Amino acid sequence: MKLKVAKQVLSANDAVAAQNRARLDAAGILAVNLMASPGAGKTSLILATAERLPNAVPIGVIEGDLASRIDADLVAAHGIPVTQINTGGSCHLDAPMIQTALEQLPLEGIRLLFIENVGNLVCPAEFALGSHLSVVVASVPEGHDKPYKYPGMFARSDAVVLNKTDVLGVFDFDLAYFERGLRMVNPSAPLFVLSCRTGQGLDGWVTWLLHRLDDRAKPSIPTAS
Amino acid sequence: MLLEILEQNYLMHELAVTENILALALEAAQQANARRITAINLVIGDLSSFVDESVQFYFDLLSRGTIAEGAVLRFRREHAVAICRTCGHQFQVSPPLLPICPNCGDHYLEVKGGQGVAVDSIEVSDGDEAESSETGSQC
Repeated sequence: MKLKVAKQVLSANDAVAAQNRARLDAAGILAVNLMASPGAGKTSLILATAERLPNAVPIGVIEGDLASRIDADLVAAHGIPVTQINTGGSCHLDAPMIQTALEQLPLEGIRLLFIENVGNLVCPAEFALGSHLSVVVASVPEGHDKPYKYPGMFARSDAVVLNKTDVLGVFDFDLAYFERGLRMVNPSAPLFVLSCRTGQGLDGWVTWLLHRLDDRAKPSIPTAS
Repeated sequence: MLLEILEQNYLMHELAVTENILALALEAAQQANARRITAINLVIGDLSSFVDESVQFYFDLLSRGTIAEGAVLRFRREHAVAICRTCGHQFQVSPPLLPICPNCGDHYLEVKGGQGVAVDSIEVSDGDEAESSETGSQC
């Protein structure tokens, strides 16, 4: 006998993600899920962004890594509230991990929460966390073919950052080719071409984030799923 | 033993997905009072990161001792489609995506679909003939 099920496999994770979203909304926090390969510059982007945000936008960070507190210690050294998730071998963060991490952060003092996912371009985008925005950070040394090879990740992003543009001159990186690949799977996500090291291009990214915060502050706008 | 195997290995994302596949199948079977799951029909998008063989590997481990043990996993791949914005030509794609349209050679393509992972249906038996002896041994 055949029984129809017709359920998305990750629906249990999605249900917890919805609870996380409600929790974040109640606290008035905009949460950004940062996803990238290892070494693309997620932590650098968080720190460079924090430096440029107005004082009225206090941030918090959830760090996700297989092991270690290296990133969390770095963020904490800048006086930013941070909690570290060690996934112990699992290659992505999931909604229950974020639910636990939210317990460990002073949510009332945070307006913008960065969730730094495990460095991996393969699967993190498939596990909803409850964040409001998904952002992929690519970087010049990785090469210009990433949107073609990892289309799922780029397709689900609300914005894409291309970091390390200060080394464009020493890599054979075709920016137009990269952008065409991105547009194949995601016609609308803004692309921020920047360097966390030199600061070039960061203003546009920070301005975009501040606009998203303003959008959140307007109660009439429903939150995206 | 299962936990030891899992803890000693790098936990691929298929583990989480397979846990959910098994849970959805067991739930559906329980609601129908089925005694055995003989097959699970899955739909996996070509742009998702899930590999059939890896799902099967974890399923065989996780389903041991459940009514889904020995069930056949059938994978139906949901293809992604690229549409050329210049000539309108449509063609199936999977990663790595083809950067040019095979019809007109232009670069401006749009890719749709191929992202979901779903349990479409399960096949069950009430297992009357096989179940009578098993029920006896369990009691």
